[in-house]
Amino acid sequence: MNHELTEQESMLLGKALEGVLGEGERRELEALLERRPELRKEFQSLKDVREATMAMNFKKPPEETWDRYWAGVYARLERGIAWLLISLGAALVIAFAAYHAVLAFIEDTSSPLLLKIAIAGLVLGGAILLVSVIREKLVLRKTDKYREVIR
Amino acid sequence: MDDWDQTPEADWIRLAKAGDKEAFGNLVKAYMRQAYYVALGFLGSHDDALDASQEAFVRAYDAMPTFDSSKRFFTWYYAILRNHCLNMLRRKTIQPIPFSEVDRAIPENVAAEGGADDAIAHSEAHSVIWGAIWRLDPDDRQLIVARDILGTPYALLAELLDVPMGTVMSRLYHARRRLRSAVEGLL
Repeated sequence: MNHELTEQESMLLGKALEGVLGEGERRELEALLERRPELRKEFQSLKDVREATMAMNFKKPPEETWDRYWAGVYARLERGIAWLLISLGAALVIAFAAYHAVLAFIEDTSSPLLLKIAIAGLVLGGAILLVSVIREKLVLRKTDKYREVIR
Repeated sequence: MDDWDQTPEADWIRLAKAGDKEAFGNLVKAYMRQAYYVALGFLGSHDDALDASQEAFVRAYDAMPTFDSSKRFFTWYYAILRNHCLNMLRRKTIQPIPFSEVDRAIPENVAAEGGADDAIAHSEAHSVIWGAIWRLDPDDRQLIVARDILGTPYALLAELLDVPMGTVMSRLYHARRRLRSAVEGLL
């Protein structure tokens, strides 16, 4: 039995379920149910489910929830600024330390050249790996069908 | 100048766009309940709904400079909140609420008319349907929750979903069909 409905038919049945059919649409619905008698039973069962869902309710959260709500958002806004400052500060400190470490490493005449090349290779390899992972994430994000759900 | 430009909300938006936290706070207070219940429809637990709706307000504040003042604030915020909720569900930091928690945690089933047996059967049927709602696709679930449990007007649903009213009816119909299929054989 074919249960596939056109967009117009499902809109009609949807409106009927919601109880917002116009007179012309009511006639259209009757004609549809005449043509497709199997829909009548389905329509009734959908009405039963709707009645059940309409009778349900959410428990209300305690009133203090609303009293504290904005304070919660405000605290998050403040924390966001704090994290931004911490991140900026940490980035600057790390960059400064890294710069001096590289300088000291280059100027260090006691380390053999081979060790310097090996460490440079390790650092460069790590950097390439990091860039590659970031790039992959960015490409994946562009082609991800759930891209729009990431903010 | 449009009448809308004279409303307090328009003022709050103008100020919030310039970074005024107090003005943004007024927007939050105006919409926090709606926001919480939308998130509850997606996520199904008080704590997660509270967390998601507050986090979405933080994101909205950060993005306020890009907000198009000709649009309604809540419509714009709804898109941010929906995306955040779907993201939370996708990351699986949120698990669908177990059936054992459903009956006592969320719904207050209306008392059935008739005898005690009828009332129990009615309550059990509601519990089964409630459990099935939480197994639906998040958008189907949110739509049914928004319309049936929260009584959101069709016009507002159409605006939030950015579709014509007829499409809301059609989507509701398909969501109800999927819900009906999910409870078939269980009742």
